[in-house]
Amino acid sequence: MSEGVDRDKRRFLTLLTASVGAVGAGFAATPFVLSMTPSARAKAAGAPVEVDISKLEMGQLMTVEWRGKPVWIMRRTKDQLEKLPGIAGLLADPDSKVTDQQPGYAANVNRSIKPEVLVLVGVCTHLGCSPQQKTQIGPVSGMGEDWPGGFFCPCHGSKFDLSGRVYKNVPAPTNLPVPPHMFVGDTKILIGEDKKGAA
Amino acid sequence: MEKLLAWIDTRFPMTKVWEEHLSKYYAPKNFNFWYYFGSLALLVLVIQIVTGIFLTMHYKPDTTLAFASVEYIMRDVPWGWLIRYMHSTGASFFFIVVYLHMYRGLIYGSYRAPRELLWFIGMIIFIALMAEAFMGYLLPWGNMSYWGAQVIISLFDAIPYVGPLLSEWIRGDFVVADATLNRFFAFHVIALPLVLAGLVFVHIVALHKVGSNNPDGIEIKKKKDANGIPLDGIPFHPYYTVKDIVGTIVFLMVFSAVLFFAPEFGGWFLERDNFVPANILQTPPEIVPLWYFTPFYSILRACTDNFTQLWLPIATIAIAGLSFLTLKSRLAKPLAVIVAAGLIGGLFILQAKVWGVILMGASLMVFFALPYLDRSPVKSVRYRGWMWKTAIGVFVVSFIVLGYLGTKSPDAVNLFYFRNVTWAQIFTMVYFMFFALMPWYTALDKTKPVPERVTK
Repeated sequence: MSEGVDRDKRRFLTLLTASVGAVGAGFAATPFVLSMTPSARAKAAGAPVEVDISKLEMGQLMTVEWRGKPVWIMRRTKDQLEKLPGIAGLLADPDSKVTDQQPGYAANVNRSIKPEVLVLVGVCTHLGCSPQQKTQIGPVSGMGEDWPGGFFCPCHGSKFDLSGRVYKNVPAPTNLPVPPHMFVGDTKILIGEDKKGAA
Repeated sequence: MEKLLAWIDTRFPMTKVWEEHLSKYYAPKNFNFWYYFGSLALLVLVIQIVTGIFLTMHYKPDTTLAFASVEYIMRDVPWGWLIRYMHSTGASFFFIVVYLHMYRGLIYGSYRAPRELLWFIGMIIFIALMAEAFMGYLLPWGNMSYWGAQVIISLFDAIPYVGPLLSEWIRGDFVVADATLNRFFAFHVIALPLVLAGLVFVHIVALHKVGSNNPDGIEIKKKKDANGIPLDGIPFHPYYTVKDIVGTIVFLMVFSAVLFFAPEFGGWFLERDNFVPANILQTPPEIVPLWYFTPFYSILRACTDNFTQLWLPIATIAIAGLSFLTLKSRLAKPLAVIVAAGLIGGLFILQAKVWGVILMGASLMVFFALPYLDRSPVKSVRYRGWMWKTAIGVFVVSFIVLGYLGTKSPDAVNLFYFRNVTWAQIFTMVYFMFFALMPWYTALDKTKPVPERVTK
């Protein structure tokens, strides 16, 4: 029986059939893989949020939800703002050079449009925990004598200052992100949209 | 009866399978305490599958309903509390049993030739089990469920370029959301249990091909009687099936004690923060995974800049230097230099966060290298010298200490002089040195002569 068998041809045909099968399997897998990406409904849920900050006192912080993430809005006091330039030496990126972490209008020492009003996505850039608010200056924060106020991530110990700038030698690699936002009136902020359009 | 058996045997190899795997599968006669944990792992798997099936009859994988449906199981479903506590206690006991099972393999050299593949399959089972536990933990939709999942899925973000896309694909949303809960349910109740069952089957097939190792680490198949039966072997059934019944009873006594008297086990088996529904805006004061993940979690967060850019490069140079000086093959020397240079370059280029993820993955993957790192002429700890005994002792201590540190706040200052992170870095180093230095200390170690036949 084996006489007259063209082994090369047989090997070629086996390989060809197997390859066609593999390509078919790849095509068949595609819809299943894609079905796990964010659905149309999940994508549509990212609309901008309007926030009234008229009741926000000096030194107070409020949390709103935008795209399922906590967004912090804080009115910083003069004392708190004055500390910011002085601690640049402790920080990994004091001048907000990583451009992905904030829109251009927030790439300043206060990382904000109006100096006192801070808007931050309250999600640690390490692994996505929500850092604790240790906004008070000094030992009352529980963060030691020299603490200039800021945020502390309890999961892996990352520290941020009151502009959301990350400290050196902590697990988080970058500053906390500033979401695109704009003032629509004196005390109203629209989060998720700025003059360039929706994020 | 015999007629029926004959009828079946001509159509299905029932007697053959029974004999090959039970009544004529010859296991070494010197199995000790450590050999209970394989069969116990199988028992816990059955407990988890059975209780899991009954839990799915009442549980709802929906972010608005999940938490309440678990409480409903606990309060309103007849005996629901028992089934749920069996499942949650079973999860922790699964890891206790599996860790002891792996430790047994470690001390008696069960990963050595010809059992490498058996060991690899076992490691894959362990990793699948970790995934199974992690996904199951999201289902109650407690606050720790939510934030634990958030942190672990964010690990994938660390992968350069494709990371964010990949974690989005895993979540099915931009944050952990309903889509995530729903798919984790699918993975937890059907996909991974199927994979686990298949792997366990393959694990046993591989075991019965090569035969069980034993506390002496010698091959009983080398000494056979006239009928080809190992002289030191006894049939698995009835000898070990009956012995395992004793193990099962003792195990179930301990299991029931926890189940009925301390199902939360002081927050170790069911965390307090998980009795609060998931809150997207409020991270628990400390995110701590369940105890069985904490050693790896400690390694993850040990990676800060000073660790990856000072201590890890020093360790790399030390190991590379050692390889350079002692390896005889001509290829090895340049290879050691190239690998070390590449590694050190990577340590400075990639962020510490990425290295945390890599190191955590490596802490599991390194077990696959074990059969090749161990150069000792003997398998069992019984015939090894002081170096191996010290190394394995230090390794166990580092594993436990890392586990302990993983349960504590990362910034806990003055945890015995150093900060938590510093201790975690020291013991992460110890953990990896156990493997990295193994080729040298196992080769140098003075071993005792191995007996011809198994001892008592």
